[in-house]
Amino acid sequence: MDLLRFITAGSVDDGKSTLIGRLLYDSKNILIDQLEALEKSTKNRTDGSVDLALLTDGLRAEREQGITIDVAYRYFSTPKRKFIIADAPGHVQYTRNMITGASNASLIIILIDARQGVVEQTRRHSIIASLLRIKHVVVAVNKMDLVEFSQDVFNDIVIDYNQVAAQLGLKNITYIPMSALDGDNIVDKSERIAWYTGKPLLDFLEEVQLDDDVNLTDARFQVQFVIRPQTEELHDYRGYAGKVISGIYKKGDKVTVLPQGIDSTIASVEIAGEETGEVFAPQSAVLQLADDIDISRGDTIVKSDNRPQVSNELEVLLCWMDDKPLLTGNKYLLQHNSRVVRAIVKQVEYKIDVNTLQQQPVEGNVKLNEVVKATLKTAAPLVYDSYEKLSEYGSAILVDETSNSTVAAVLIK
Amino acid sequence: MNNSHHLNYLEQLESESIHIFREVAAQFEKPALLFSGGKDSITLVHLARKAFAPGRIPFPLVHIDTGHNFPEALDFRDAMASQLGATLVVRKVQDTIRQRSLTEPKGKFPSRNWLQTYTLLDTIEEFGFDCCIGGARRDEEKARAKERIFSVRDEFGQWNPKLQRPELWNIYNGKIHKGENVRVFPISNWTELDIWNYIRKENIDLPSIYFAHERKVIQHEGQLVAISEFVQPDEQDLVMTKKVRYRTVGDMTCTAAVESTAETLEEVINEIVATRISERGETRIDDKVTEAAMEDRKKNGYF
Ligand SMILES: Nc1nc2c(ncn2[C@@H]2O[C@H](COP(=O)(O)OP(=O)(O)OP(=O)(O)O)[C@@H](O)[C@H]2O)c(=O)[nH]1
Ligand SMILES: [Mg+2]
Repeated sequence: MDLLRFITAGSVDDGKSTLIGRLLYDSKNILIDQLEALEKSTKNRTDGSVDLALLTDGLRAEREQGITIDVAYRYFSTPKRKFIIADAPGHVQYTRNMITGASNASLIIILIDARQGVVEQTRRHSIIASLLRIKHVVVAVNKMDLVEFSQDVFNDIVIDYNQVAAQLGLKNITYIPMSALDGDNIVDKSERIAWYTGKPLLDFLEEVQLDDDVNLTDARFQVQFVIRPQTEELHDYRGYAGKVISGIYKKGDKVTVLPQGIDSTIASVEIAGEETGEVFAPQSAVLQLADDIDISRGDTIVKSDNRPQVSNELEVLLCWMDDKPLLTGNKYLLQHNSRVVRAIVKQVEYKIDVNTLQQQPVEGNVKLNEVVKATLKTAAPLVYDSYEKLSEYGSAILVDETSNSTVAAVLIK
Repeated sequence: MNNSHHLNYLEQLESESIHIFREVAAQFEKPALLFSGGKDSITLVHLARKAFAPGRIPFPLVHIDTGHNFPEALDFRDAMASQLGATLVVRKVQDTIRQRSLTEPKGKFPSRNWLQTYTLLDTIEEFGFDCCIGGARRDEEKARAKERIFSVRDEFGQWNPKLQRPELWNIYNGKIHKGENVRVFPISNWTELDIWNYIRKENIDLPSIYFAHERKVIQHEGQLVAISEFVQPDEQDLVMTKKVRYRTVGDMTCTAAVESTAETLEEVINEIVATRISERGETRIDDKVTEAAMEDRKKNGYF
């Protein structure tokens, strides 16, 4: 069975959590005791309805304030597909938590309150969706019950959002008018929105074509851990453990270890101690090489005829996620999967303005939630591909060495 | 698409978990795997074995023993550790209660669940563990659904849910200050059913109490609780002999049994697929007190 990971996004109170609650409720993915708990915690509501947002708003502070603070993950399946949902917060203060959920999603549902139309947070989350190159975008025009299910309101929002999408280069957009609160076009097709001829949300989620995004061409393997049992029978065993980021590796392949640039041959490929002949992305595997080379965590093994880039100067897009501003000239740790190198932010070229979606010069420091183009210089060469080519090998984080916080998402150009 | 180069979702989950285990081994000086004897931690150990084969699991298994365990689970724990050749560290809540003169919970179902935190924090300090691997899953409970895979805890073991680190892609930042500690949950994204399907696929052994067997039980608020050294019936109780199995394995004082005829893995899975009650709802006696019970415990240093 297929697995689809998706996220809900959009501004505060646009109905993201309610939508997920409705999706689970109407697809009968809520169990009896969870429902009872839900009814109990909403029984002081005057109209007797249950607050479906409480299914994902699992923190006390969230329930008290009626907002989502951090991503919640929910799991459900239908006979057609298995789903992992991330319910993101809409509040601008918690954008980094939204990015956390979005970084592993292959589909994003951007909610828009039909009464409000496209607002700043809609654009901010759309910028993030385009940066992260999330493959599929659903624009859910929600709260249609509050605009009398008006087709005109819906069409106006489609026109507005199309403009945002064009500016950001977002493709594959599907628009669905809905009411998460009442369940229109979530699991069942709404009779109150008869003018809409498309599918309800769940049908769409079940049927959207998940062209396999695993790259099996450009082989990349980064060493996470060196296995050396040093027992009598495995005295000289030296296995490089890691996850195949992309491509296929076979016994006998001619490979090069980077950044050292040393050539060797694959002597064996193993999974869980068993030789398998070949391994492919995204399997976690162990490679052994024919030659005795000094290889450690963070080094990359590639096929000799297909090389990534190696450089200590990187052009990147940064999403700044820390309360403290980014200071040009500051040093950070750059963590690129299992490789950690010191990096200095040399220059910030421009930022993306969340209102105009245009590039703008940066005045002063880069602040929380800003997206900027920058140049990084690293203390040791980094082995990478562009995010556009191979997202898993073109992404990294910056860590502040004094606070240990993750302060930026890095997308390598 | 070439189907021979495609992972199904269980294989994807397995690979993700193995990746997390290897990050732990590489990033921390003294990690430990918290082992309870239940199916989730048995699955964890199985995954850890796969992650480091043909080498050994490079960290000890730690059991925080409440003293209220099912004997079947303890036997299983000891057999498993010796078969793996793994180091097993056992620390007893009973000892912490004595050393720190803690107050024993009272009542008919005296749960030491909450007291485990004290023993856990003492054990972390005793060995200097900088990382504890746990078998919590996000589908278990609403507060767990919010926690990162690498969850940073302060020097009191406390979780701050309002200030979690961003966790992007598959990049895990395990950097901490001295005294802090990271709880890592490699099976965060697995559901209960995923675990059972994986146990079937990998032929993983489980303690016998997961399969239907006869037991003397009493009924408590609609749940079946086994009579044991720790739970005694009072006069109103009707002691019955029923065929039951356990869906989770916690303490005998706070884990309810499920009436069942499922004697094989296949039959257990069929029952789990058909049930309309969640794992926690069906089996935990102690979680119903407040809606924020789990969040509060985690804030205090619980797993
Ligand atoms: N009338 C109407 N109200 C809705 C609809 N969807 C959600 N709401 C209400 O809008 C309010 C906010 O809903 P939530 O689901 O908490 O919003 P959210 O987008 O998750 O908010 P954050 O997570 O805090 O950003 C609640 O009072 C919902 O009941 C809808 O379709 N129609
Ligand atoms: Mg919400």
